[in-house]
Amino acid sequence: MKPLLRVRGLEAQYGLLKVLHGIDFDIGEGSVTTLLGANGAGKTTTLRALCGMVRHSGTIDFDGVDLTRRRTEDIVRLGIAHVPEGRGTFTSLTVEENLQLGAMTRRQGSEIEEDIRRIYRFFPRLEERSGQQAGTLSGGEQQMLAVGRALMLRPRLMLLDEPSFGLAPLIVREVFAILADIRDNMGVSMLIVEQNASLALELADEAYLIETGEIALSGPAAEIRDNESVRNSYLGY
Amino acid sequence: METFFQQVLGGIATGGIYACMALAVVMIYQAIHHLNLAQGEMAMFSTFIAWQLLQWGFPYWAAFVLTLGISFAGGFLIERVVLKPLENAPVLSHLVIFIALYAIFNSLAGFIWDFTVKPFPSPFGTAALFGEGLIGAHQAGMILVTLIVLFLLFAFFRYTRVGLAMRAAAANPESARLVGIRVGTMAALGWGMAASIGAVAGIMIAPVVFLEPNMMLSILLYGFAGAVLGGLTSPGGAVFGGFAVGVIENLAGTYIPVVGAELKLPIALALIVVVLVIKPNGLFGRTVVQRV
Amino acid sequence: MTAQQDIALPAGRDKTADRKSGTAMLLLSIAVLAVLFLCPLFLKNFTVFQLTMMLIYAIAIMGLNLLTGFNGQFSLGHGAFYAIGAYTTAILMEHFGIAYGWTIPVAGLVCFVSGFLFGLPALRLESIYLALATFSLAIATPQILKLSILEEWTGGVQGIVIIKPDAPFGLPLSQDQWLYYVTLGTGLLLYWAARNLVRSRSGRAIMAIRDNPVAARSMGVNVSLYKALTFGVSALFTGVAGALAAIVVQFVAPDSFTLVLSIALLVGLVVGGVGWLPGALAGGAFIVFVPNIAEEVSKGLSGAMYGLIMILLIYLMPSGAGGLIRTLADWQKRR
Repeated sequence: MKPLLRVRGLEAQYGLLKVLHGIDFDIGEGSVTTLLGANGAGKTTTLRALCGMVRHSGTIDFDGVDLTRRRTEDIVRLGIAHVPEGRGTFTSLTVEENLQLGAMTRRQGSEIEEDIRRIYRFFPRLEERSGQQAGTLSGGEQQMLAVGRALMLRPRLMLLDEPSFGLAPLIVREVFAILADIRDNMGVSMLIVEQNASLALELADEAYLIETGEIALSGPAAEIRDNESVRNSYLGY
Repeated sequence: METFFQQVLGGIATGGIYACMALAVVMIYQAIHHLNLAQGEMAMFSTFIAWQLLQWGFPYWAAFVLTLGISFAGGFLIERVVLKPLENAPVLSHLVIFIALYAIFNSLAGFIWDFTVKPFPSPFGTAALFGEGLIGAHQAGMILVTLIVLFLLFAFFRYTRVGLAMRAAAANPESARLVGIRVGTMAALGWGMAASIGAVAGIMIAPVVFLEPNMMLSILLYGFAGAVLGGLTSPGGAVFGGFAVGVIENLAGTYIPVVGAELKLPIALALIVVVLVIKPNGLFGRTVVQRV
Repeated sequence: MTAQQDIALPAGRDKTADRKSGTAMLLLSIAVLAVLFLCPLFLKNFTVFQLTMMLIYAIAIMGLNLLTGFNGQFSLGHGAFYAIGAYTTAILMEHFGIAYGWTIPVAGLVCFVSGFLFGLPALRLESIYLALATFSLAIATPQILKLSILEEWTGGVQGIVIIKPDAPFGLPLSQDQWLYYVTLGTGLLLYWAARNLVRSRSGRAIMAIRDNPVAARSMGVNVSLYKALTFGVSALFTGVAGALAAIVVQFVAPDSFTLVLSIALLVGLVVGGVGWLPGALAGGAFIVFVPNIAEEVSKGLSGAMYGLIMILLIYLMPSGAGGLIRTLADWQKRR
């Protein structure tokens, strides 16, 4: 089967500093792929490069469309939703406005209303706070809001940057359970960048290990999870 | 007591002018998070365009609408042509660009239409309404127009998708791009709208202060003061701030002995600074709460 | 102006390259100094006067740079301190018969105190609000100087006329040349002081406040005190410049110290490079010479020309002359 996203020889740099040295990976339609690695390995940069937010070269093929020359706004319009590092909340706007912004590129008003109600079913806490300034939400609530905002795009592919960051373990479980639900019931493909490897491997179908800007290892998530030597040397658990 | 009311009424009348300008200032601040020093000159230039259209025989409201359209296009173009290439330049470089725009518009207007003072017609007439000629028909009309613009803006930002997108683009450009908003276009729209609102302000103000290239100099200052006093995040606050500045200025001139009359403007400004020291976000400004 | 954000900071560089470009910089500095020392001997008196004004504006810009570039506080009102310096000198000379040389340090001191006192309430104000407060100061200055109750001292709208001093000890210099060297000497002294201040412990505290006030506070920096003190030092520099200007121009009057002056200083700062002290020289040159150039290009549209030149300069060097020199140095290094 042809993958939804096909990345070959991706390089990226900040100023003079090269961070990615040609990485290759695929994301299958309707599957969850995780990108694991230590701090500074280039995980976040990979996501940013996919969205055209850093200088990069190589080929990025999204369902037959080349993304490398496109601007962030246009990439989003193809159905790629990015939940960025730090969650990207519009702190001065209300929770509901944040959700509406997620659907900014869509046209049909009634469907958008319906989607907002659906997000509220996923995250009842957001509904309780719908009129509140989003900056006043707790970290976990802002993470939910970020996921909800991304879903409002009705994306084909979601890029999630450390969805577990700074959250209490219980909330992390909750967020990951919802992500699994989203994949299973809505068929959204995902690329998840995580430091919490065990959690990400439980959810993911495929996994890639990135080390100083290069892919060190890849394979089905279950295999990597069960391979003790990999766990010991790369994942540290 | 009678003088007091007289002065307050007079203050409200001039305050209407400041409120108009303050609204334009807040408008552009919301859209681009900049205080545009050239805004007054842009408004003056728009007013000259309206004057020219009237000279060519356009009916008043046709000239009004046409001027708004031209100003919108002009503001939009200035953002695209002059400011876009400097997106990543430091803040102070933008400030210099604003000063440059100021010089350019002022000089161009003087060059094209010369520096003689020109009368500008009012659509509301000049009949005195009340307050012994302090508030005339034009002043009342001007205040009404300001309130209508305020209402339209409020509705635009609150209830339209473009309005929401503009607010988002200003508040958090990176996130805005990630939901597919064309941030650059939003900034240009903001400039266009601000130029149009400036044009409304200029056209309303010109019958009172007369038309000439330097007419906006002190008005912009009062407009800034009003906007900052009311809070830069609040269009309604800005309008209130504009009226307040007018009243404060008049009362300071009357009641503060000796220096009052000579130092009307500095005293008004000093009072505003005092207010800001107590309430650093302005009277109606919103503090953005942020959790780390 | 926007809510805070970056105010153009020099990028960090590695040491060996620093040393290499350091030598180049040293040679360049020596060349500039040599030109500054020798040129008045070969120029017309009016040109010497213009160059003196350039140095004076450079001193004022240096002061503004300490405040804005190194401490991150905006000021649209530094013309006020320039005016205070100028009037202090003029009043001391006119009413108390004090020799001009002594009035300069006094003017500096008066401005330091005024700046410190103004800096105290300004502490509560951030970015745009501080800009408005200083803007108000600039607006108020000429009006306060014109006040009738102060007229006895300030001379009201008429201002005060001062006598230009001759060169002492029978030096074979014209008045203009002598004042040029006085200004150059003062300027170099102040440059040396500013450089040492910036590189000292206090300098690091000042810059830490610019970059992250919360972190600076938690490291034990007394943020309020440092901000107010920086305001004072900045005003001192600008006040000394004002004092020199009063002597050189031989005249002070309220309308020389309007908002236009404050704005010009700010433009000079940006053109020279925010956060780069030697840039003040470029800024001073801009203030003195660019309006003349604009005038020559087109009389009727001189204002528009002036604006266009400003826009072009910002296009060519978005971070001022300092930024341009840094870019050139980086490029040189990479070759």
